[in-house]
This record gives sequence, C-alpha cells and structure tokens, in this order.
Amino acid sequence: MPCNLKRMSLTPDEVLHIARLARISLTETDVARFTAQLSGILEHFAALSALNTDGIEPTTQPVPLYNVMRADLVASSLTRNEALANAPEQEDGLIRVRAVLE
Amino acid sequence: MSEELWRMTAHEAHEGLRARAFTSVELTESVLQRVADVEPRVHAYITLSADLALEQAREADAKFESGTATPLTGIPVGVKDVIVTKGVRTTAGSRILENFIPPYSSHVYEQLRRSGAVMVGKTNMDEFAMGSSTEHSAYGASHNPWNLELVPGGSSGGSAAAVSAGECLVALGSDTGGSIRQPAALCGNVGLDPTYGRVSRFGIVAFGSSLDQVGPIGRDVEDVATMLDCISGHDPRDSTSNPEPVPDVRHYLGQDIRGMKVGVPKEYFIAGMEPGVRARIDEALKALEGLGCEIDTSLSLPTTEHALAVYYLIAPSEASANLARYDGVKYGYSYREGASMWENMEQTRARGFGDEVKRRIMLGAYALSAGYYDAYYLKAQKVRTLINNEFKAAFDKYDVIVTPTSPTVAFPIGAKLNDPYAMYLNDVYTLPASVAGLPSINVPCGLSEGLPVGLQIIGNFFDEGRIISAAHAFETTFGWANRLPDL
Repeated sequence: MPCNLKRMSLTPDEVLHIARLARISLTETDVARFTAQLSGILEHFAALSALNTDGIEPTTQPVPLYNVMRADLVASSLTRNEALANAPEQEDGLIRVRAVLE
Repeated sequence: MSEELWRMTAHEAHEGLRARAFTSVELTESVLQRVADVEPRVHAYITLSADLALEQAREADAKFESGTATPLTGIPVGVKDVIVTKGVRTTAGSRILENFIPPYSSHVYEQLRRSGAVMVGKTNMDEFAMGSSTEHSAYGASHNPWNLELVPGGSSGGSAAAVSAGECLVALGSDTGGSIRQPAALCGNVGLDPTYGRVSRFGIVAFGSSLDQVGPIGRDVEDVATMLDCISGHDPRDSTSNPEPVPDVRHYLGQDIRGMKVGVPKEYFIAGMEPGVRARIDEALKALEGLGCEIDTSLSLPTTEHALAVYYLIAPSEASANLARYDGVKYGYSYREGASMWENMEQTRARGFGDEVKRRIMLGAYALSAGYYDAYYLKAQKVRTLINNEFKAAFDKYDVIVTPTSPTVAFPIGAKLNDPYAMYLNDVYTLPASVAGLPSINVPCGLSEGLPVGLQIIGNFFDEGRIISAAHAFETTFGWANRLPDL
C-alpha cells in the first residue's frame, strides 16, 4: 500500500499508538519529547522515497545462507534451576506470572 | 618492572610470558593496578572480575608450564558487556539487565577461555549498543583517555577506552553500524568489524540481527589479527554463522601490498568532515601510494548518502522485535506493583529502558506497522540491495576501499546528547559497510588538535586478510602502533 512519505511528522496520538504497540508506558512529557524527536528523525528519511527500486529484491541479510539444518539429536541443555535462576518470581519450579485473562 | 607491563601489546606480552620474563599473574596484577589508578577517571568498565582474572591467570601460567599455551594465553582482555559470560553479570549497558547473571557463555567468550585469555571485566557501552558515545549507558559515560572531557565514541567505547588507558591489553567489541571502528578511531586504536557471518553471534545480546558482529579492538594490527583468529569460525548454534573454512589472518601480516588497487569513494569527502581529519586522510592516502598501492579517487558510490536512512530503519526494526523479550517475566528488571499484567509490562519497559532505546524501539515499531511497512521497512531493504550492488561492482575493480572512519575527532561529553540525529551522523562513514555486511578495519592515521584520527579500510566479503595486510603495512610505515595517551 503506497503512502504519502511527504508527511513525515508524527502526531502525539501516533506516538502514543506506537508506544502501545511496543508496550512502553509514556508520560505526557515523554510524548511531547518523542513526538518532536521522532518527527525530526523521520524527516531525514524522506529522500529514500525518491529512489527507484522497481524490480529490486529486498535484502534481509547481507550474506545469505539457505536451509541451514542440523541433525535432530538429543543433547543436554540448561537445568530447570539454571533456567529459573534469573526469574523475578517463581513457584514450584515454574515462573509465576500475573493472570493474562481477567 | 611489573608496574609497566600493562603498556605492552598482547604479542609483546606473549613473548615475555613464553620467555618466563614474567608470569600471567604478574601481568594481570599490573593491569589490575592500572585499573585501580585510572578507572575512577575513565570509567571503562561496568563490572570488574578481578578475582576471576587472577584465577584465570594462574591457569594460564600452568599452561605455559605444560607447554599448551597459545598467543592469547594469559593476556588480560576486556569484554564488552553485550557478550554473555556465564556467572559474570551481563547488563548490555541497560538497567533492565542490572542483575542478570547468565547461565551460559557466548561462543566468543568460550573461544577466549579455550585460548587461555584472562578476562579483566565487562566494558561499558551504550545501552543495547545503541549509540556512538557511551553516553546512553545506564551506568554513566566512559571518558576518552586522550582527553577526559570528551567521549570515547561508541557503542564499544568502554572497550576502546580500556585498551587506550592500559586497563586491558586487547578487548572485544561489537559492531552493528560502526560500534567497533568509530570508538577505535576516537581512541587511537585498531578495531575490526568482521564480515557478517564470520563470527558467531551465539550469546551476544541481540540488537540488529542482520547487522551485529563481534570483533577485536587492540593497540596494533597484529593483536587484532590474533584476536580475530581466536573468535572466527563456524558455530552451529548461530544459523547465520558461515560454514566456509577460515584462513589464519596472521599470515596476512607483513605482506607486500605493492600493486594493491585502492578505491577512494568521493561521496565520503563531504561537508561535515573536519579539515584536520581531511588532512590526515590525504596524508594516509599518500603513504599508501608510497607503499606501491594504486590509488583511484574517481570511485563513485552514489547510494552512500542513503545508507544512514537505510540503517536507521532496518536496525531499529530488528531491535523492536529483538527487545520484545524484555517483558519482566523470564529475567531482568520486573515492575510488579501494577493493577494488571499489561500495566506491569509497560512499566517494566518504561523504567528499564533508557530514552535512546525507547526511541529506536518506537521507530522500528512504526516502520513495521500497518500502512508504513512498504514505505519504510521494505523500501529500506530494497535500497540496502542497491548499496550492496554498488559495493559488489566496486570490488570487481578494487582490492580495498579506503575512507575516513569518522568525520570528526572525539567530541565533548554532552555535546550531542539532546539531538539524536546529530549523534547518528557520527556513523555516516561506517554505516555503508555495515549495511552491506563487509569487513572493515580502523587504523590510526595521526592526530588532529591532539586527538586521534582513524582511517577505514573496507574489504570484500570474507577478505579480512587483505584489509589486515593493508592496515599492517600502513601501520608499519606510519609508525603509530601501541601509542598510548598520557593519563
């Protein structure tokens, strides 16, 4: 879907929307600061839209390898205690989390 | 005698260790004493591992006794805090990982340990390697050993500062868009960013997965070659790790570079480059000519100017996905006072991340979001292809491409902190090779206003050997190796 890259500035509502997508809580002063800064950065990216990329394949990584496979072998991994050692809260050998469904 | 051992390069120290002129314990104690003397002013480290270092030094001395030592055995090394080290706190410069003790080690740290190297500590860095000055570290900025009021560059600024200040002999950094080469330039060191895929990313805290590479910083080209040999090679735990055989790059030291074809792209000589930097680069090109290189300044890489936009769309997009894992559930800082699971997660990330990390996550989330994906992320990936194609065509004609590493020398702490785009411009000369995945090296080429200037040599894919030959020949004729600032 083509969109208008001429309009490079972000609104405070758009910044709040992005922050929600990224799961970052913002204060009002955060929103004002990031709106100005992100708009300023995006302005510099407008020139990209002028480049002709018709028929050009996107690069996902510069030195591609295809179908990297390994043998499906049983091997040792972290123990349960090692895997849990950094968990903020645990119970009965499991990570304890808040209810996801309320 | 032992109090000056920290001044040695790793290869000089290796000769001393081999001849039993001193032990690794003595060498390590000398470095730790130097750390005690200068670290309050330099702040190169986030975490010191002095007791572990002395234990590793004792093991190294035993290897010399048993005849199993390698060139890095017993050498004190600084390790960037983005590199996961089992049992030693790894923060990636972030508050969100303040108490993270890794249960496993990265491939590169395993390789260092296998070689018998000694880890002094974990070096300071911009949070999640996002920055060019170390000012975005949650643990405070590092100071440039050449002038303590200036930044050391970034994001591997702690590693570069530690090498220059004598707080280790060599160090590991990581480079996503210039994070090894730019601080090496600003601190007067040699720093090498390998070809994407040359070094395993297993156990590297992820930032931009199609760009991240670990590489060495040292006081001369030989030390950097030795470190690269230690960490290179295939690792099945990283599916982007290249399975091709790896040549021993130390063989490329001391080579005659007569007839080497050097392309100098005109797009790199732009407004914004300091006259003092320009003068040193012009002199360096003359020195390469004197070594018999064929210098061609007619090379044009017209898409160069777009590399910055491409990088700052692709790297933040990848970062926004990679950093989704910091949710306060499995490990890391966790806010727990909220009314709901979502509030806890949003507060965990609001309190755990610094501003630059938030900016990049949001920039990436925006570039990937519905309605903007084609215009931003996909467009950037296509322009990335154009940049790669230009480099590929250039390497049909040239053996190496030579440019400045940074448009300026080190700048004052605080000067660019409130202008994110001005900070991004520090990497304008290092971003194109990163975007293309090409290997590149910074080698010091003199001083401007008393501060180091760096020359960047870019090579073809997996041709680290040739850039090491060129950098070593230049360093030898230029006579800069192992020059340390008064501190």
